[in-house]
Amino acid sequence: MSTALEQVVTDAPAVEAVPKRAMTLGSGTSLVVLGLLILAPLVVKNFIIFQLTMLLIYGLAVLALNILTGGSGQFSLGQSAFYAVGAYTSAILMETYNVNYVLTLPISGILCFGFGFLFGLPALRLSGVYLALATFALATAMPQLLKLNFLEPWTGGVQGLVVTKPDAPFGLPMSQDMWLYYFTLVITIAIYIASVNLLRSRSGRAFMAIRDNEIAASAMGVDVALYKTLAFGVSAGITGVAGSLGAIVVQFVAPDSYTITLAIQLFLGMVVGGVGWLPGSIVGAAFIIFVPNMAESVSKGLSGAVFGVLLFIVIYLVPHGARQVAIFCQQTVAKYRKR
Amino acid sequence: MELFTNQILAGISTGAIYACMALAVVMIYQAIDHLNFAQGEMAMFSTFISWQLMQWGLPYWVAFVLTIAFSFVAGIAIERVMFRPLVKAPILTQVAGFIALYSIINSSAGLIWDFTIKQYPTPFGSAPFLGSQLISTHQAGMIGVTLLMLLGLYFFFQYTRVGLAMRAAASLPESARLVGINTSWMVALGWGMAAAIGAVAGILIAPVVFLEPNMMLGVLIYGFAAAVLGGLTSPFGAVVGGFLVGIFENLAGTYIPGVGNELKLPIALALIISVLVVKPAGLFGRAIVKRV
Amino acid sequence: MTTLLNVKDLRAYYGQVQALHGLTFSLNEGSLTTLLGANGAGKTTTLRAICNMVRSTGAIEFEGQPLSSRSTENIVRLGIAHVPQGRGTFTTMTVEENLQLGAITRRDKAGIVADIERMYAYFPVLKARYTQQAGTLSGGEQQMLAVARALMLRPRLMLLDEPSFGLAPLVVRDLFKILGQINREEKVSILVVEQNAQLALELADQAYVIETGRIVMSGAAQDIANDENVRKSYLGY
Repeated sequence: MSTALEQVVTDAPAVEAVPKRAMTLGSGTSLVVLGLLILAPLVVKNFIIFQLTMLLIYGLAVLALNILTGGSGQFSLGQSAFYAVGAYTSAILMETYNVNYVLTLPISGILCFGFGFLFGLPALRLSGVYLALATFALATAMPQLLKLNFLEPWTGGVQGLVVTKPDAPFGLPMSQDMWLYYFTLVITIAIYIASVNLLRSRSGRAFMAIRDNEIAASAMGVDVALYKTLAFGVSAGITGVAGSLGAIVVQFVAPDSYTITLAIQLFLGMVVGGVGWLPGSIVGAAFIIFVPNMAESVSKGLSGAVFGVLLFIVIYLVPHGARQVAIFCQQTVAKYRKR
Repeated sequence: MELFTNQILAGISTGAIYACMALAVVMIYQAIDHLNFAQGEMAMFSTFISWQLMQWGLPYWVAFVLTIAFSFVAGIAIERVMFRPLVKAPILTQVAGFIALYSIINSSAGLIWDFTIKQYPTPFGSAPFLGSQLISTHQAGMIGVTLLMLLGLYFFFQYTRVGLAMRAAASLPESARLVGINTSWMVALGWGMAAAIGAVAGILIAPVVFLEPNMMLGVLIYGFAAAVLGGLTSPFGAVVGGFLVGIFENLAGTYIPGVGNELKLPIALALIISVLVVKPAGLFGRAIVKRV
Repeated sequence: MTTLLNVKDLRAYYGQVQALHGLTFSLNEGSLTTLLGANGAGKTTTLRAICNMVRSTGAIEFEGQPLSSRSTENIVRLGIAHVPQGRGTFTTMTVEENLQLGAITRRDKAGIVADIERMYAYFPVLKARYTQQAGTLSGGEQQMLAVARALMLRPRLMLLDEPSFGLAPLVVRDLFKILGQINREEKVSILVVEQNAQLALELADQAYVIETGRIVMSGAAQDIANDENVRKSYLGY
């Protein structure tokens, strides 16, 4: 068998870089998208508004993963754990301690940031498949931890907790669903803008240096340990906020809502949206929310197989995700402009 | 002390399952440098096929051989149809491909054979092995077959032309092409072999965990963990890793308070990861020197 | 003199960047040709294009057969051995396994065994280390191993990419002597890419000088070596 001889490896970066100017949509496209997002709830029924809100929330979670993997090159199959902590934090604060739902968001974000930061510390020595395994362990542990007997007074055990849906404030004339939608939209936009700025900042450049070539980055003086754990923290924090919003919107938290399946779905959302391309997060979220439903309507018994086939077709046609589609559109528009 | 030894022995016998799976995992890793998340499902599907053949009246060993042959061909087919087109795609996209395959196979198996648990026969019988209460003859047979496969793989890689070519293709694909090796077919061959080994693993495991579409999920994770622990480049390490994981899992369940069945998996993984933090290439893996 | 390799209007691309701008040259059977030029001139790209390892357009013919539609491994099987930059040694395998890999496309077991012995005769240092992991060999030894591995193919054309890279001058001199021997005795045509122009011109009979993806000079190696202007403009000495 092989001896313990060293094997010299010159690694190509596992996560490919998204050029800086391609990191967001152009201003024209952004305004159109923003307009659509603002106007949509005014013309659809409450249930669709609810789905759109979930779309934004999952988009946030995928965005967080994009920062971690697409930004700093660290794989994570454990985002569902942070989502769960965020969800439960809001649920417990709201139901047991009567904290206003708006306040629970920053608390949840900070708590999850800390949690992510702490998890990032031992994960420093792991990368690639090893890190994936570690985050996988975290994700599988979380539902079990939430079911632990001695935590039951807080977590509600296997049955979970019911969360009260808030009303629109100041007596505004809109349904709860609509209010929550706009509330979520504002937060999502704020986090999106902050994330784009983060990736364009010095810290963002540090992340990307680490992603592209960790050894070289450290040789250039980047504090790799600090930035890697920071990336984990930020990503966990945003995921936690998403989880909190999820708890409020769904009105319910339970351990089995936050299994490894959720983590895998978020991962798929990132790939379909385009790794490291923040605007793609919402496309990815749409994929993971709507395609399984489509698959089930095609064939109840084979819904998993149909989903798998659809997923495969998507990644076969656009291996780089929605970003590839956006680039194609951009190039087509540029060609027409030249004429 | 006796409880401790008993737990170790019990761990070794469950560990044989993980060792078997870990061998298939390492096999594919040698060929394609990735872990195939759908490997467990492929093994499960193969096991169902062998079960179906037996339901149709074929004797155990005939079904066994036919299934192995089918799995080999199917592995190559899946690689050619699904993953060769993705070979230029980013790694994360390929991982999404594995997840798609997982979904397809799991769902299909559920539809064809439904989710009720089925009994699966063993050719080794279930009597206590050499009078021991902890290892049955089946488990001893499982360990024996795993070791035989390991030996076979060793000879294949060290002493055959194809084995040498496969090692070269996995180690330095460009150099391998420059000596005339068709690296693309080496990958396909690796898939076929991994599928065949997985089928053997499934057939050996089914009598213990019972046959149903979700039977391999836990096994696969432990198999990955075992392969990683042993060092992804070492089949020998994979087998040792498998036994160690079995032992870890049993000891964790017995000695760590509050750990019921549900937390055994994360605890075992946590233990493995602690080992990796100290020895990043696994126990028997080659230390990877990264050149900037 | 029959033409062994014919290259016409070769253009090569790395993504959107064009590295070769219409190269045209040919190699005669039995010749020892050197391709010279500064860093980034396109020498390595030329060799890679011949073996279809980089996207290119243009016509390349080997012994009358077109190469452009074949995969790298099929080009190798036609009888072209390529010793790449950095040698491409299988570091985790033994010296002997590396040699066996060189002959992996051959079926004649007895011939392979005989050839391995011949390689040990050319490179005694390899025989001394034949069970050692190739990664533990020194740079010079690995280069010899790479050349030996290429020869195991029984090629009619051998492409060498900067064999002198990282080697001590005396080692390079020895290596080039052996290359000359191989060219004459084994009747293997050789195309060697080099930055070390002086030694290469001593060894070769034909030379081409390439600059930014174009051939700027061609002729007998001796003529180019004696031409002061060429030496100063393109070769730096």
